[in-house]
This record gives sequence, structure tokens and C-alpha cells, in this order.
Amino acid sequence: MRIDVNAFLGSYPFRRVPGTSPEAVLAAMDRVGIDEAWVTHLPGVFWRDPTEGNAWLLEATRRHPRLRPVVAVHPGLADWRDTLRLAADVGAPAVRADPTWYGLDPAGGAMRALAGACGDAGLPLVLTVRFEDGRQRHPNDHAPELPAAAVRALIRSDARVRLLVTHADRPFIEEVHFGSTPDEAGRIWWDICWIWGPPEDHLQALLGTIGAARFVLGTGQPLRIPENAGAKLDLLQLTPAERAAIERGNALTLRGR
Amino acid sequence: MLIDVHAHFLHDRTPRTDWQARNASRLRAGERVGISVHVASILGSWGATSPTYFPSPADLRYANDWLLALQRQHPARVRGYVAVNPNYTAEALAEIVRCLDAGMIGIKLAASRRANDPLLDPICRVAAERGVPILHHIWQHRRRDYPGQEASDARELGELAVRHPGVRFLLAHIGGGGDWLHSLHDLRPLTNVYVDLSGSGVDGGMLEACLDAVGVGRLLWGCDLTIETGWAKLRYLQHLLPPAELERVRWRNAAAIFPPGAFPSD
Repeated sequence: MRIDVNAFLGSYPFRRVPGTSPEAVLAAMDRVGIDEAWVTHLPGVFWRDPTEGNAWLLEATRRHPRLRPVVAVHPGLADWRDTLRLAADVGAPAVRADPTWYGLDPAGGAMRALAGACGDAGLPLVLTVRFEDGRQRHPNDHAPELPAAAVRALIRSDARVRLLVTHADRPFIEEVHFGSTPDEAGRIWWDICWIWGPPEDHLQALLGTIGAARFVLGTGQPLRIPENAGAKLDLLQLTPAERAAIERGNALTLRGR
Repeated sequence: MLIDVHAHFLHDRTPRTDWQARNASRLRAGERVGISVHVASILGSWGATSPTYFPSPADLRYANDWLLALQRQHPARVRGYVAVNPNYTAEALAEIVRCLDAGMIGIKLAASRRANDPLLDPICRVAAERGVPILHHIWQHRRRDYPGQEASDARELGELAVRHPGVRFLLAHIGGGGDWLHSLHDLRPLTNVYVDLSGSGVDGGMLEACLDAVGVGRLLWGCDLTIETGWAKLRYLQHLLPPAELERVRWRNAAAIFPPGAFPSD
């Protein structure tokens, strides 16, 4: 069984992306051998109230059980704790917040409060460093990328919070991992979608220095073609156990079951 | 058969102490993916003794010699582009002739001089005479000047391609950074410009847009710095294209624009 912890449903505001419907994402999952995907409502990331996308997301994932909802929580909105309770009630594998898109300080009080509440609720918090390569972003697409310092601050803000950080590259991961205590670093999982393979071998190096337990299969589909994650794994020198951990086991650990 | 039209190697005078490991990794990953031939270039000293994108003639000679030696060491697997700096016209022309005579099969222009600059014309004339293509580094939709390079975009390369209709140009790494969609609009009418699919970008919709803009006949497969993204695009194209068209992207289009006999089974 393979779990993709980083997938999206719905359109992207800055360019046309094919295959964003639940049915199309499921077809792509079948094509590359992915059994389950944790999905975000992509348009909502860019809405003033991103939680307005949650109802559609929950309905879509009810109809398609292989898709698991990553519920959006905006800690700057008054009723955000209700949204967190909703996520727990529906069995979401994680919740997400995109502070730089919401206009929030990514390491500020609201995000720290959310991190603490996620720790209390036992829900992982998904943070995304970027959605696109900075060199190709739309001229009016100005939200800053998530800074590594914010990840360090949030993991320190609560002793129980678990973070899933997506779309991070090797320098970002190394900065956070080695800028954290072993306990803190052990509560962060990284998806592999933005980490380079050979000949630079960034992922192979990270598996050697940080360990396979910290990495999870993530594709970023359909913003990125999902074939990339599989190709990357096929080029690694991994034991079957390490590969199984990245493809499934670590995601289950992160989810807490 | 699978030809990577955009590869690089390192050598002992680059800043990278891991240069041997990186070269070995490229060849090892190439075996895993099934790459028959890596068509490669080395951009001088990669910054050690002259800037990567403004390499000195001396650094280029050393790098080109090193690549020729690698080509001799791997006669079935490695082919070379001769890399030159157009600001040194006489040296560049002499280096092209020297390296093509020694067995290289194309010319690499990076970002030492804007693609539409007249200084590139004599290089294009040599390319036409010798029947070799030019791989040109591109920043997809360059909106400003970036430090460390005099980058060009598709529009600027297009001006050069129009001036030299008998030369085949490879627009480098459509997935290598910048707005690839902007480039594709420029490329539609430029029938002597081919799209090198390499680059770390694996955006959903990019390959469909490439096919829509230039058709399967002008797509060339490549990896550049990330072999996994090249392999991913190949896997995705298997789902998009019938086998005969996939063969064109894998190697037949490349074999048609490089000199006859450039590749082992050619």
C-alpha cells in the first residue's frame, strides 16, 4: 500500500492545471500505483476564508474513500477551534494552514496557538513551503515562501505538535532538522516531492544523515506529475523496509495509527 | 534507445570535491533509467577560476578536453557539446572546430552573451557549415537580468533562430526555471527550435502544453541536473503518446538533428 500525503483537488488560480477533479486524481493514483491520498482543497488556500472549501472537500472524500481530507484551518478566524474539532470528528489524517497565504505571521501567536491545539487534538499540522518554483510564479503571486525559521519556531511551541512539511528542499530540511533538538526533529515529517535525486543525490544524502523515518511519499499532484515521486524512489538505494516506511509506514506513524 | 540531450559532468578543477561521485551517480542512474547516450557539456571550471556562465577560454579548453577524454572512456555512452564563450570570438570559433574535429557533436552556449547578439552569428555560421545543433541555455521568460549570467529567453533565442534558419537550436530545459508557458507561445512558429524537456520542474500540464505548442516532432528528452524528473516525464509521456511517437521523443528526434553517425545505433 502506498500513501501520498501531498495531493490537491480543485483548480489553481495562477495557471491552468489539468486533472484536478477527484476522479482525475484517482485515475492518476491508479496510473502510478498509489492507494490513498491526503488531499487539500487547492482553491481554498487562496481564499480569504480557506475553510469555505472544507465542506466540498469533505463531500468529495466521503464519495471517494481513497481520498482523505486535509482540513484547512485559519487560526486568524474567530471560530478556528471549531474547524479543528470538525477535522478530528471526521477522522482527517491532518489539518493544514498556509499562513503566508492567509497574511499571518508564520511563526506568530495565531500559528503557535494552532500548533498547540493540534498537539492537544493529536492532529498533524501540514505546512507547505511553496506551491511553485519561485522563478515561474505569476507576476501577481507575491505570498512569501514559508521560512525555515517558522518551522523551527512552531515545533518548539508545543511539545506534542507533529508537523508534516511539504515541498521543502534539502537546505531547508537540513536547516530545520539540525536546528532542532532530536525530540523536536522527531516530530517533523518531510514529503519527498521537492528533494532532488541523482546525480546531486540530495534525497539519498538526507536518508543517510537524517534517516528514512522522517520522510514520506508526497507527490504534489496534480500541480506536479505524480510519476516523479516513484521515479525518485526507484533511483534510491533503499532496503525494502526503508522503502515501505517512506511509502506507507511513516505516514501511518504520523497519522497516529 | 534513449538519448539525454542535456547532461553535464564535473571535473577535477571544479569547486566540487564530490565531482567523481556526481559523475558516477549520473552514469549509474542513467543505467537504471536506460539512458543509452548522455550528450553532455562542461561549463568551464564551474566557477572555480572563472564564472560558470562567463567561462574563460582557458577554462573552456580544459573542460572540453576533459569531456573529450570522458567520451573516449565511454565511447558508447557519452557525447559532447563543445562549450564556448561568444565574447571571445576567435577562441570560440577555433575551439568549436577543434572539438568537433575531435568527435563532439554539438555546440553549447550558456549565458555569456544574449542570444540575439550579433556576436553569436559567426558561431551559428560554423554550426550550419558543420551540421551540428546548438543547445542554448534559457531562462524561461526572463523578466530582468539575474546576477552571474547574461541569460536569454525564448524570444531572444527566436531572433537568432530566424537569422539562421539552417541551424537547429535546442531551447534548454523547459522545466528548468521560469515561465515555460511564455516560452511555448514564442516557439510555435520557430520550426528550427526544439524543446529540451529537461529541468527539475515537473509541473502538471507542462508536457501537454509542449505537445500542443510544437508537436511531438520538436520534443527532445533530457534530464540536466535531475535524472528523476527526466524519468518521471518519460513515464508520463508513455501515458500520453503512442509508442511510435514516444520513440521520437526518446531518441529519433535527437538522432535527426545531430550529425549522422553521432550515436551508436544511428
